[in-house]
Amino acid sequence: MSPQVAGLLQLTALIAALALAYRPLGDYMARVYSSEKNYRPEKWIYKAIGANPTAEMRWPAYLRGVLAFSAVSVLFLYLMQRVQGSLPGSLGFSSIDPDQAFNTAASFVANTNWQSYYGEQAMGHVVQTGGLAVQNFLSAAVGMAVAVALVRGFARSRTGELGNFWADLVRGTVRILIPISVIGAIILVACGAIQNFSGIHQVGQFMGGTQEWNGGGVASQEVIKELGTNGGGYFNANSAHPFENPNPLSNLFEIFLILLIPFALTRTFGRMVGSLKQGYAILGAMAVIWIGFTALMMWTEFAHRGPAFEIAGGAMEGKETRFGIAGSSIFAVATTLTSTGAVNSFHSSYTGFGGGITMLGMQLGEIAPGGVGSGLYGMLIMAIIAVFIAGLMVGRTPEYLGKKIGTRQIKLAACYILVTPALVLGFTAVAMALPTPADSMTNSGAHGFSEILYAYTSGANNNGSAFAGLNADTQWFNTTIGIAMLLGRFLPMVFVLALAGSLAEQKPVPETAGTLRTDKPLYAGLLVGTILIITGLTYFPALALGPLAEGLAS
Amino acid sequence: MTNNSVSSTARVLGAGLRALLVLTLVCGVLYPLAVTGVAQALFNDKANGSEIKDSGGRVVGSSLIGQRYDLPLKDGEESPAPDLKWFQPRPSNGLGSNSVNTQYSLILSGATNRSGDNKELVQWVTDAKAAVVKDNSTPTYKVKPADVPADAVTSSGSGLDPDISPAYAELQVHRVAEKNNLDVKEVEDLVADHTTGRLLGFMGEPRVNVLELNTALRNLTQG
Repeated sequence: MSPQVAGLLQLTALIAALALAYRPLGDYMARVYSSEKNYRPEKWIYKAIGANPTAEMRWPAYLRGVLAFSAVSVLFLYLMQRVQGSLPGSLGFSSIDPDQAFNTAASFVANTNWQSYYGEQAMGHVVQTGGLAVQNFLSAAVGMAVAVALVRGFARSRTGELGNFWADLVRGTVRILIPISVIGAIILVACGAIQNFSGIHQVGQFMGGTQEWNGGGVASQEVIKELGTNGGGYFNANSAHPFENPNPLSNLFEIFLILLIPFALTRTFGRMVGSLKQGYAILGAMAVIWIGFTALMMWTEFAHRGPAFEIAGGAMEGKETRFGIAGSSIFAVATTLTSTGAVNSFHSSYTGFGGGITMLGMQLGEIAPGGVGSGLYGMLIMAIIAVFIAGLMVGRTPEYLGKKIGTRQIKLAACYILVTPALVLGFTAVAMALPTPADSMTNSGAHGFSEILYAYTSGANNNGSAFAGLNADTQWFNTTIGIAMLLGRFLPMVFVLALAGSLAEQKPVPETAGTLRTDKPLYAGLLVGTILIITGLTYFPALALGPLAEGLAS
Repeated sequence: MTNNSVSSTARVLGAGLRALLVLTLVCGVLYPLAVTGVAQALFNDKANGSEIKDSGGRVVGSSLIGQRYDLPLKDGEESPAPDLKWFQPRPSNGLGSNSVNTQYSLILSGATNRSGDNKELVQWVTDAKAAVVKDNSTPTYKVKPADVPADAVTSSGSGLDPDISPAYAELQVHRVAEKNNLDVKEVEDLVADHTTGRLLGFMGEPRVNVLELNTALRNLTQG
C-alpha cells in the first residue's frame, strides 16, 4: 500500500470515529449545560466557591466571572513558577524568570500554550501537573462556557440572562473534560505514554553508560492538552516525543481528541437552539475547510518541494518515522485549525506551502472546527457576518436564528473579527521594524519573516504552535506575545458576551418566505466563502512576503 | 457607588480564587493521582518508560527512545564517528542538552527547525547522504545515492526517533554483516523479524526499532 493511500485511509478512519462520537457527545453536552440537577460533589464545589449555581447572570456579570477567574488564574500560575525553586516535588528545578513566567501564565490561561521554555529542563512535577495541566482543563472549560452563553443568547428571548458562569465552568470540567480525560489517559498509557512521578533518574544505554531522564504525569497531561485544544507539551518536542505520542494509534487518537469537542459542539448548538439542521450547516462549513486543508497539506508534503527535501528524497525533516508524511500532515492541520498548537512534527521544516497552510489555518480565526468553545463562538460570529453580507445583497434586514442582526450586533461582530488581525499584523510590523527582534531568527529571508509572523499569529489566535526556529525566550517576545495572547483571548470574549446579551433580550422575529434559510447547504457554502474572503483580504499581503514567497521560489 | 463596585469586584475575585483552588485540587491532584494509580497497576512497564534489557538483564534503554551508536570521541573530532558495527539511527541535529538546572545532564528533545531552503540544512542532508553511501558500500555491495531513503538523511521531530524505515535498515544489512562477520542472510532475517508493518494495514508507516534490532544483533554475535 502506498503511503498516500494509507494516509487517506487514516483520514477516513478519523472521520468515521468523529462521526460515531458526534451525536452522543453533542447531545450529552447539551444536557450538561441545560441540566437543572447538581450532583453532590458539584454542590461541595459550589459551596467552596460561595456561588449559587442556579442564579442567572446577565452578560456583564457573566463577563466579570470569566475575567475575575482568569485574572486570578494568571496570577496564581505566575507565582507558582516564581517560587518553583522552593516548592517540594519540583525535581530541584529553579524558579522561572519574571518575563518567562508571565508569558507562560498568560499562555496557559489563554488556552494558547505557547512555550518559550523547554519542559523537560525547566518545569518540575508540581508546576506541570498542579499548575499548567490544571489550566489545560480550566481554560478549556472557560471557552466552552462562553460558547454556551452565546448559544443561550440565540436560544432565549425577552430576557438578558445567559446562565451562571460558575455552574458552566464546573460542569464543563467535571462532567465533560475529566471523564473523557480519565479514559483517554489510560489509552495513551496502554500505547506507551509514561505516567509516573519519578525524580530524575539514570537509564542504562546500549553503548554503555547512562542517560538522565525525568518522569512525569505525561499521559494525564497529554490527553487534556489535546482534548482541551491546549497544546503545551510536557517535553520540548511536544507530541513528536515518543513518551507523549508513542505509536501510530496514539497519534490518530490524539488527533481525534483535538477535533472531538469542537465538532460535537455544533450538535450541542443545534440541540440548544432547537434545530439540529442549523448545527449541521455550521458543521458542514467546518468540515469542508478542514478536509480541504488536510488534502492540500498532504499534497504539498508528499510533493516535497524545496532544495533540502529534493536532495533527501522526501520532506522527512522534523517528522517521525512512525507517523510518516500522512500522519504528520493530518496532525498539523488539525492542530492549526483548532486552537491546539500541539505538534507531532515541526512546522518550520514543512515545505513553503505547507508552512503557509498551517499559518492560514490559524488566521481563519481557528473556527474549522476551532478551539473548544472558541471555535463555535468564532464560527457563529462568521455566521452573523455571512447573513449580513447576504442581507446586503438582497436588501433585507439580516436575521439569524430568529434574531435581528441590527447595528449593535454587527458592530460587535465586526469588533470581534478585527481584534486578532490587528494584534498579529501590528506586532509583526513593529517586531520587523525594530533592530533587535530579528536576532531571534534561525532562518533568513522569507522564512525568517515567517517565523515572526507565525509567532504573533499563533499567540493572538491562541494556538501556541511555533515555527520553532525563532528564539522566543527574550524579554521582547515573552512580553509582546504574552500581551497578544491575553488580548487575543479575552477581548473577543467581551464582544461575544455583549452580543449574547443583546440577542437574548430580543423577541424572536417570525420566519417568513423572505428569510434566508441558514440550515441549508447553500448557506454553508456562503459561510465558507465569507470566511475565506475575509481572511484572504486581511492576511494576503503578509502571507505573500513569507510562505508564498518561499513556496514559489522552490 | 465606588465603594460598592470595589467590594463587588473583591467579591467576584474571591469567588474566582476559591474556584481556582478547589478545581486545582480536582484537576491537579485527584485526577493525576487516580490516573497514575490505574496506569501503574495495569501498565506498570509502559507507565515507567518501556525499558528493555539485554540477555544479561542489564537495562539498555527504552524501546521508545532513540539512541546514538557512536565510537568514543577522538581528539580533534567535533562529533563522534558512528560505530558501523551497529545499525545506525536517523540523524538528530536538533537534539540539545540542558541550558538551565545544569546540575543535571538532561537531553533536550527537539528538531532542527531548518526550512527547506536553509543552506545549513541543505549541507547537512548532502553530507549525510554522501556518508550513508560511503559507509554502507562494501566490496560486494555498492549503494547508489538514489537508494538512500529520506529518513536516513533527515533529523526527526523529537531527535529521539526510535525507528528507521525498512529501506534504511535493508541498506545497512551488508555493512553490518561484514563488520560482524555474519552471513548477509542472517542479518536480513534479523531485520525482517524486527520490522513492524502498519497497524491494521493502514495506520502509521512501516518501521524498524533500532535499539531492539541492535540488542538482537548483540545477542546473535555474542551468543
